[in-house]
Amino acid sequence: MTAPRDKLGRPVVVVTGMGIMTSLGAGKADNWSKLVAGESGIRTITRFPVDGLKTTMAGTVDFVSVDPFSSTGLSERMAELVTQEALEQAGIGAKADFPGPLFLAVAPVEVEWPQRRELGRAVGAEDFTYDDLLRISGGGKYSAFHHRFMFGSVAAHLAETFGTKGSPISLSTACASGATSIQLGVEAIRRGETDAALCVATDGTVNPEALVRFSLLSALSTQNDPPQAASRPFSKNRDGFVMAEGAGALVLESYEAATARGAKILGVIAGCGELTDSFHRTRSSPDGKPIIGCMNKTLADAGMTPDQIDHINAHGTATPENDKMEFNTTSAVFGDLAQKIPVTSNKSMVGHTISAAGAVEAIFSLLTLEHQRIPPTINYETPDPTILFNVVGNKARDARVTAVMSNSFGFGGQNASLILTREPA
Amino acid sequence: MTDTASKPGQTEVWITGIGLATSLGEGLDANWAALQEKRINVDEKGFAPFIVHPLLPVTFDSQIPKKGDQRQMEAWQRIGVYAAGLALDSAGIKGNKDILSKIDMVVAAGGGERDLNVDTGVLNAEAKGANAPGFLNERLMSDLRPTLFLAQLSNLLAGNIAIVNGLGGTSRTFMGEEVAGADALRIALSRIASGESDIALVGGSHNGERKDLLVLYEFGDFNLKNKFVPVWARKDHAGFALGSAGAFLVLESRAHAEARGAKPYAKLSSVVTDLARRKQGGDMEATLEKLWDKLPKRAGKGAIISGATGAEPATSEERDFLKKHADFPVRATGTMFGHTMETQFPLGIALAALSISRGALFPPNDSTGTEIEMQGAPTQIVVVGAGHWRGEGMALVEAV
Repeated sequence: MTAPRDKLGRPVVVVTGMGIMTSLGAGKADNWSKLVAGESGIRTITRFPVDGLKTTMAGTVDFVSVDPFSSTGLSERMAELVTQEALEQAGIGAKADFPGPLFLAVAPVEVEWPQRRELGRAVGAEDFTYDDLLRISGGGKYSAFHHRFMFGSVAAHLAETFGTKGSPISLSTACASGATSIQLGVEAIRRGETDAALCVATDGTVNPEALVRFSLLSALSTQNDPPQAASRPFSKNRDGFVMAEGAGALVLESYEAATARGAKILGVIAGCGELTDSFHRTRSSPDGKPIIGCMNKTLADAGMTPDQIDHINAHGTATPENDKMEFNTTSAVFGDLAQKIPVTSNKSMVGHTISAAGAVEAIFSLLTLEHQRIPPTINYETPDPTILFNVVGNKARDARVTAVMSNSFGFGGQNASLILTREPA
Repeated sequence: MTDTASKPGQTEVWITGIGLATSLGEGLDANWAALQEKRINVDEKGFAPFIVHPLLPVTFDSQIPKKGDQRQMEAWQRIGVYAAGLALDSAGIKGNKDILSKIDMVVAAGGGERDLNVDTGVLNAEAKGANAPGFLNERLMSDLRPTLFLAQLSNLLAGNIAIVNGLGGTSRTFMGEEVAGADALRIALSRIASGESDIALVGGSHNGERKDLLVLYEFGDFNLKNKFVPVWARKDHAGFALGSAGAFLVLESRAHAEARGAKPYAKLSSVVTDLARRKQGGDMEATLEKLWDKLPKRAGKGAIISGATGAEPATSEERDFLKKHADFPVRATGTMFGHTMETQFPLGIALAALSISRGALFPPNDSTGTEIEMQGAPTQIVVVGAGHWRGEGMALVEAV
C-alpha cells in the first residue's frame, strides 16, 4: 500500500482515464499500434487547395466530420470524442456528471475564412468595404457564428455535455497548452479543491491562414515529398515542424479517491513545472536558462533527481533551433545522462499538434510506461552530429521505463515539463 | 462549483499594485477624478451607428521604451503591457529583479485584431470573380505581415509583458470572454492562498475600437447602437458599447508584502465562478445567488461593483439578483468604461480596491435609480461579473 501523499505532503495525483486522437487514428489502441510500428500520419493536405503554399502537408484529422466545418468545430468534436474515451476508461461519475472541473487547452478562436466568405457574398456587391460587412452582420441571421467563435464556446460545450463542475477554464500557453491543462488539474487536486479533474487539449487548426502564418515565420518544414518524411527531429536535415491536428483527454484523480472507488491507475503525474522565458517572442534565450530552470523545477516538484528519469519524451519539433536547444538544456540538467537516457519525439510521426501536443505526448508517455516500449523517432536517417541524444531512431525499443519527462516549449516564452511515473513513489 | 473562499490557516492575499489605462485616463488619480466628475468618454461617430469607449491616448514609450517592442504588438497588447507596467510601478517592484524573476502571471486575453485591408481585399477580389484554387493562399502569403500572427496570439500579451518587464515566473493565459478575467483572479488567488505562489501579476486588456470585434458581436446583435445611455437604462435598447482598457493587479501574500514593506490597497478575500446553463429565464440569476452565498460572510459596510454589459437577457437577470440585495449600493463599470470583455472583472477588482483605499465608493451614474448614493467608507465590496453570453464570476474585496 503506497502513501496517498507525495514527499511534499500533497495528495498524489494519478491518471485513471485517457483518450486520444491524432492523424494516426482515433483511440489509444489504434494510435499506439501505429506509433510503435513507426507509421506516419503526415499526408498531403486535401481539405483545401494547397496551390501557392510552401508547405503542402500536415497531420490532418480527416476521419472526423463536422458540419458546417470550422477549425473550432473540429477542435470541439475531437475534444468530445477523446473525453468520451477517457471517461469510459475511468468509469468515474455518472453520465453527464463528471465530479470535478474542466481545464481545456484550445487554440485561440477567431472568425474563419468560410464564414467570412459567406458574409462577403451576402453583401452582394463587387466593391465593398469592411463597413458593409458590419452592416449586414446583425439581425440574427448569423447568430450561430457568434456562439461558434466565442473563445469560451468549446469549453462551455464540453462542460455542458459532460457535466463538469464550476467554470471551465480555456487556456493557451501556445505549444505548451496541453501540459498547462494537466498542470492546472494537478494543482487543483493538490490544493484539495477537488478529487478529480478533466484535462483536455485539442487543436484542429490546419487551415490556410494558420499554415500561412507559421510559414511566414519560417517555422514549417517544406520537405513536402514524400510528406511522411517531412518531420525529422534530431536529424541534420531537419527544416521545421509539421502542423498537425489532434486531441488528448486525461482524467486526473487523487490517489486516495481513485483507490477508494477501485479505479485502475494508469500512471502518476509526479511533477509539473513551468518557467517563462522573457528573451524573445519566438526564440529561446540563447543560454537556455529558462528551459533548464523549467526542467529543474519539474524534477524538484516530483522530488526526483535526473538519474531517476529513464526516458525523455522530447518536445522535438524538428525546427533547427528547438532540437539543438533541447539537447543543450537537457545536457545542462542531466549531464552525461543526456546522452544515455533514451529520447524520442512523437512529432516525427504525428506532427506538431500545437495546443494539444502537451497532452497527446503525456498520453503517449503513459502508454510507454504501460507497454515498457518506447515508440521510435522516424526519419532519423542522418543524425545531427551536434545532438548527442540517445535517440530511439526508426524502430521502437523495449526498455525498462519507470519515469518519463515530457517537455513542451512554445512561442511567447512558454516552457512546461511533466514527469510521469508508473506507480506512486 | 469551484471556489477559493479562504479557509482557516490559509494565507491572506493583498492587492498591492493596480495599473489602469482606460477610456477615462491612465493611472489611479486620473480614473478616480473622472469617476468623481461622472465623466464618460464615448465615441458615437467613428464607428456609427455603433458606440465605443476609446482609449484616452497614452505615451506608450513610458512603459514600453523600445519602439521595436511596440511595433511587434497590436493595440490590445500595447494597452495591456502599458497597464501591467503601471501595476508593477504601483506595487513598487518595477525593475526589482529578485521579485520579477519569480512573479507568476495569469492573464485573461482574447485575440488580436485582423488586418482589415487584407480581409476586404480578398473578399472584393473574390466578388469580382477571382476563384483560382490557390487564390486565398497566394494573397495571404503576400499580404499578411509576417509578425502580425504574434500580435494576434492570445498568449503573446503575457509574452510581451514578460519581455518588456523581464518577468521569469510562470505564465498562463486564460481565454473565454468575461469569465476568463474572473478565473484568472481565482486561480492566482488560490495559488497564493495555498502557498504555491507568493506574488502574481493578474489582469487583461482589450481594444474596443475594432471593427472585426463589432462584426463578431453584431452576429449576436450585442452592440449598443445610435445613442449612449447608462447600462441600467438599456432594457429597451439593449447592448454593450465596447471599451478599450487595460487593468492589472499585483496580488501578494501578506507575509511577502510585509517582508518588503509593501502597503495594501485592499485584500482579495474570495473569487468564485460558475457556468450557468442559461437555458431558461432565471438560470443566471440563480447562479449569481449561489455564488453570493459562497462568498465569506459580509458584516461590514458593503457595496457592489457590477460588470453588467447592457446586453439582454443577462442584464435583466443580474438586475433581478441585485434587487434582492438592494441594501448594497451598486455601480456598473460598463456605463463609465464600456464593455472591456476579459478585462471587465479585473477592472472591477481594481475599482473596488481603489474605493476601499480611498475611503469612499465613487458616485452613481445612472438615470434609473438602480445606483444610489453611499455614505461613508466601504469596507467590503462584492465584484460581480456576468458574461454577455456565458460565465459568471464574483469576488469579495475587503479592507485590510
